[in-house]
Amino acid sequence: MDADFIAQILFSAIKTGTPLLFIALGEVICEKSGVLNLGQEGMMLMGAVVGFLAAYSTGNMAFGVLAAMAMGCVMSLIFGVLVLHLGANQVATGLALTIFGTGLSAFVGSDFVGKTIQGFNPIPIPYLSSIPYLGKILFEHDLLVYLSFIMTVLIMYVANKTRLGLTLKAVGENPNAANAIGIKVLRVRYLAIMFGGAMTGIAGAYMSLVYTPMWAENMTAGRGWIALALVVFASWRVGRIMLGAYLFGLASIMHLVLQGFGWTISTNLLAMLPYVATVFVMVIISADKFKEKLLAPRSLGKPFDPRHMA
Amino acid sequence: MKLKSLLLGVGLMLGVTMAQAEEPFKVGFVYVGPVGDLGWSYEHDQGRKEMEKYFKGKVKTTYVENVAEGADAERVITQLVKAGNKVIFTTSFGFMNATVKAAKRFPNVVFEHATGYKRAKNLGTYVLRTYEGRYISGVAAGLLTKTNTIGYIGAFPIPEVIRDIDATYMGAKSVNPNIKLKIVWANTWYDPGKETDAANALMDQGADVLIQHTDSPAPLIAAQKRGARAIGQASDQSKFAPQAHIFSVRDHWAPYYIKTVQQVMDGTWKSQDFWGGFHDNMLQLASINPNLPKDVRAKIDETLAAIKSGKLKPFTGPIKDNTGKIVVPAGHSLTDQELARVNWYVQGITDKIPQ
Repeated sequence: MDADFIAQILFSAIKTGTPLLFIALGEVICEKSGVLNLGQEGMMLMGAVVGFLAAYSTGNMAFGVLAAMAMGCVMSLIFGVLVLHLGANQVATGLALTIFGTGLSAFVGSDFVGKTIQGFNPIPIPYLSSIPYLGKILFEHDLLVYLSFIMTVLIMYVANKTRLGLTLKAVGENPNAANAIGIKVLRVRYLAIMFGGAMTGIAGAYMSLVYTPMWAENMTAGRGWIALALVVFASWRVGRIMLGAYLFGLASIMHLVLQGFGWTISTNLLAMLPYVATVFVMVIISADKFKEKLLAPRSLGKPFDPRHMA
Repeated sequence: MKLKSLLLGVGLMLGVTMAQAEEPFKVGFVYVGPVGDLGWSYEHDQGRKEMEKYFKGKVKTTYVENVAEGADAERVITQLVKAGNKVIFTTSFGFMNATVKAAKRFPNVVFEHATGYKRAKNLGTYVLRTYEGRYISGVAAGLLTKTNTIGYIGAFPIPEVIRDIDATYMGAKSVNPNIKLKIVWANTWYDPGKETDAANALMDQGADVLIQHTDSPAPLIAAQKRGARAIGQASDQSKFAPQAHIFSVRDHWAPYYIKTVQQVMDGTWKSQDFWGGFHDNMLQLASINPNLPKDVRAKIDETLAAIKSGKLKPFTGPIKDNTGKIVVPAGHSLTDQELARVNWYVQGITDKIPQ
């Protein structure tokens, strides 16, 4: 195992982790506002199919990504109306959204199975990509991976350093107090949900336009669920989400890599590493009272109705 | 002109009345995937269409796609029986128990189950000699690789897959004594993302020709992206990766469907375990890349001809497994029953079969 090879594996880990990163970044904003959306898998599939459809019909990849974002927004809006306006249970509604999206995407995409598109090509960044090893790992990707880098920094900044981030936090921690000082809680939550939908849409487009440029029924194969675990794993910290996404990405390719070296350890054991890690983190952060502040936003999953103030 | 259309009209009417007079023979198909998967189920459906065309209106077919393996399959099969189908093809290994049960309940209907091993008086099985295609794939890969490393993506370590890995290695070894075969198990038949990961992991470790025993075209696409080569699985997958594509080993079920339906209609059908290969035109090399070097192309054609004529049988002794034990004695070719139970790697494959 030489350095080039390790660089190659880390490069692949970033590629594998990128869809997880997009979803988790969207979901963390959504959850910070106090809304738990379990519909990621369904939204991602809809994003993937609509993105592919748009890119295939127009021949324009960027348009495909935009269409996927829009589709993610629409899906999340359905979710938003149900849980925010009609006060439906967030967990049940999210699950319903996943089932709905899985079925609808298969229906919409049935005529596009087996069609091919060119997909995004990698664009090495001049100068940076010639740094030994690091250049290969970080700067020889395609546009969407770079976008995920930018989004991570942007979200980290907004969530931790701006008034907007503080507003979001207030809404998620104590919506009644936020409402009392004049923040429009439902509006913030709507925007957060839609942001989550758009990011999940991009993740879907990443699957059908970059990772495997094709459409196939249920092609996301549970990545939406892994991303949900990732948010918990990262204890709602943006920086850790990025790290975690690549760690999960690495874990999911590691069992394939190790097989090539003749390891006889069961591949199923290796494939479950990300989930074991998530359970492990859950145990650690909930065992320590001092670390309780790392835990979920206080009002996560609870509905808020401005007409019935406590 | 007028006379012509009049005649045509009369002819059409005659045709219609004839078709009404003679109730078409009904045949049902059960698929595990969508017909649009461009792989396994797609090719079964192509076979169904070709068979229907062959009988020119005398046979009417019905298919049900996306049938889950398990209890759901039994319900679907029962419905097909109730709808009057006289022959029912169930086209996935996982339909085995449902088909066996249905065969017991409906003794007057003929059942044919693909890739299974349980038979009854009214239940036959059929399978492809995919190892023949693998042997040729191995020959092509062994000649084309520059790193002497072939990457192989397996789904699950079952005899069918193990047998194909052995055949690939023997084919490659016959033209390239330094060949190495790297095997990665994806633990899935169909997950484009995971298959891409597996393809990349293999290419990272030096493989420059990929062979897959999973169903999506994702490994081909991954190979094309990195300038490697790959072989298409089950159907013609050349359009997914025109440069990387060497050829596809296409499943061609039509000859068997035509033969079986004809036999049932004639009353000569008997339950059997049928193995079809290149000789029976049930396997085909599809879209051989025109840019292959001439000598490689010639070797592919030569190997194909030898297999077709029966001169070359890949599993002919002496063959040792990779612990050095003789598994096929000199002068013996494995019978179909023995082929169905292959659970060893041939000498030269350094891996172990996962337990």
